[in-house]
Amino acid sequence: MLRFILTRVSLVIPTFLGITFLTFILIRLVPGDPIEVRTGERGIAPERLAALRHEMGLDRPMWQQFLDYVGNVLHGDFGLSLITHNSVLGEFLTLFPATLELAMCAMIFATLVGLPAGILAAVKRGSAFDHGVMGASLTGYSMPIFWWGLLLILFFSVQLGWTPVSGRLDLVYYVEPTTGFMLIDTLMAGDYEAFRSALGHLVLPTIVLGTVPLAVVARMTRSAMLEVLGEDYIRTARAKGLADNRVIGLHALRNALIPVVTVIGLQVGTLLGGAILTETIFSWPGVGKWLIESINRRDYPALQGGVLLIATSVILVNLLVDVLYGVLNPRIRHAR
Amino acid sequence: MSTELSTTPEPAADPAIPVSRPPHPLAEFWYHFRQNKGALGGLVVILAIAVIALFAGLIAPHDPDIQYRSAILTPPVWQEGGSWTFILGTDDIGRDMMSRLMYGARLSMLIGLIVVTLSLAVGLGLGLLAGFFGGMTDVLIMRAMDILLALPSLLLAVVVAAILGPGLVNAMLAVSVVVIPHYARLTRAAVLAEVNKDYVVASRVAGAGPVRLMLIVVLPNCVAPLIVQATLGFSTAILDAAALGFLGLGAQPPTPEWGTMLASSLQFLQRAPWVVTWPGVAILVTVLAFNLLGDGLRDALDPKLKR
Repeated sequence: MLRFILTRVSLVIPTFLGITFLTFILIRLVPGDPIEVRTGERGIAPERLAALRHEMGLDRPMWQQFLDYVGNVLHGDFGLSLITHNSVLGEFLTLFPATLELAMCAMIFATLVGLPAGILAAVKRGSAFDHGVMGASLTGYSMPIFWWGLLLILFFSVQLGWTPVSGRLDLVYYVEPTTGFMLIDTLMAGDYEAFRSALGHLVLPTIVLGTVPLAVVARMTRSAMLEVLGEDYIRTARAKGLADNRVIGLHALRNALIPVVTVIGLQVGTLLGGAILTETIFSWPGVGKWLIESINRRDYPALQGGVLLIATSVILVNLLVDVLYGVLNPRIRHAR
Repeated sequence: MSTELSTTPEPAADPAIPVSRPPHPLAEFWYHFRQNKGALGGLVVILAIAVIALFAGLIAPHDPDIQYRSAILTPPVWQEGGSWTFILGTDDIGRDMMSRLMYGARLSMLIGLIVVTLSLAVGLGLGLLAGFFGGMTDVLIMRAMDILLALPSLLLAVVVAAILGPGLVNAMLAVSVVVIPHYARLTRAAVLAEVNKDYVVASRVAGAGPVRLMLIVVLPNCVAPLIVQATLGFSTAILDAAALGFLGLGAQPPTPEWGTMLASSLQFLQRAPWVVTWPGVAILVTVLAFNLLGDGLRDALDPKLKR
């Protein structure tokens, strides 16, 4: 078991180094000298430029700069934002819980709706319900989510006035951030009005961000269930006279879940990518919106650090799924 | 069974038994494809959009860039205040929505075509190299692909577009880079499945060089999954390019790109919902059509996946 985990972890290291390298060169592809970019149009004396270049290590060979960068990153130093002069890691960590809360809610929503829909569609194969689910999931999969979000705002927020348009919490409430998860923080503060406000703010972003994963989960569940339902042991279970619910819920679902769990794990990347759009539409103060703002403000250190941190979290989640998968399924653990 | 499998019949033996030749592969493909109503619908829609895109200059009722100052934010014809001059209404500076959408179709089809061609060419090349030469080449290429895959695709596209600077061409490049790994992986897997088969060994023994082996012997037997992926790639390309346009990193106004159109009229969402509705509908319908077609192609081309 330990060996399996260690192998998986060691496989991640080159990927991590690769991402670090990618973010390292990306910033160097930006036209202009990093210092000149900083000083802007004010200009800078040549000797001061040389001194600064030396100070920042920019006059050293590229490979040494890269090693420095990796060293800094491993020590948790992702540089300073050009605009706010705060540590990039610090800014990221303050905003990340908001993204995480949204992404988790979206995933829960996608699973809670997608799984039963997929199971029912498989069981009632060929029925109107099946066609409906498949059509809806293909539409969801094709949805430009930025437009979908606008439609939902237009209908639920503007026309019906049911949900707030943007942000995480109404301004009248203030909750001391302890976990960074608004739902948990408001509950811990015992402020149920604020909790309801936070929940209201979450509904639309959750639906928007969860739409694509929902479609993927429903489709995957359906096809995995169809495959499993054709197996001999299902026929045996039915022949034994087991009730339909038991056959489907216990015998079939357990085996069908394996590919579904993998797909859910793989959706984390999609979620964090989609968060960029969702957060922009709903002014959700998370890392996606922050990243777009950093681009617009030409805050390249923030962009660089943010990309690296998001990529790292995706890699870590995928690693976790991989290991979990091995724990759940001994065959994978013992494969060569 | 006997009639269907007799690929080498003996005509002179018994003329009474009708000899049926196996259907032409294309005919067989069409037979399977036709069964899938969704895919057929997708194909029809795509053809329609392609015609609109090609002849946008002829069928568009107005110039997409002309601003009718007297008709700013005219609603669509079926709403109060709408007119037949501007069937789908006008935007915030009085440009005809329908004409802009038609020219936008041209851009979106072009984006799909260029992105798919570019990423397919690069991905195919990398996948062929990796699958054929194995060893270090394989490890290096596939590791690099894994790195690209580890990043959320939209995030990577956003970063590439941010570095290259906003613009339609850069957005297309960004989206192309992002999808290369998919083609590389598919090609490599297909090559690995084929490369040790007898016919490949036979041509190798007969003296075929690596280039001939790669491109003429093996490649034709790997195209089925690539065709499917390329079709689905159209939808990803259109969707991602529109998302970049929406974020301000893709085509810049006044280019009538659907995502850009959406973003530039955001503040009129409440007053004139149609300026936001139509570009979105156009994106959704196009992407959906390509996804339907891709699914149908997969079922028709890949017997292993047929259920």
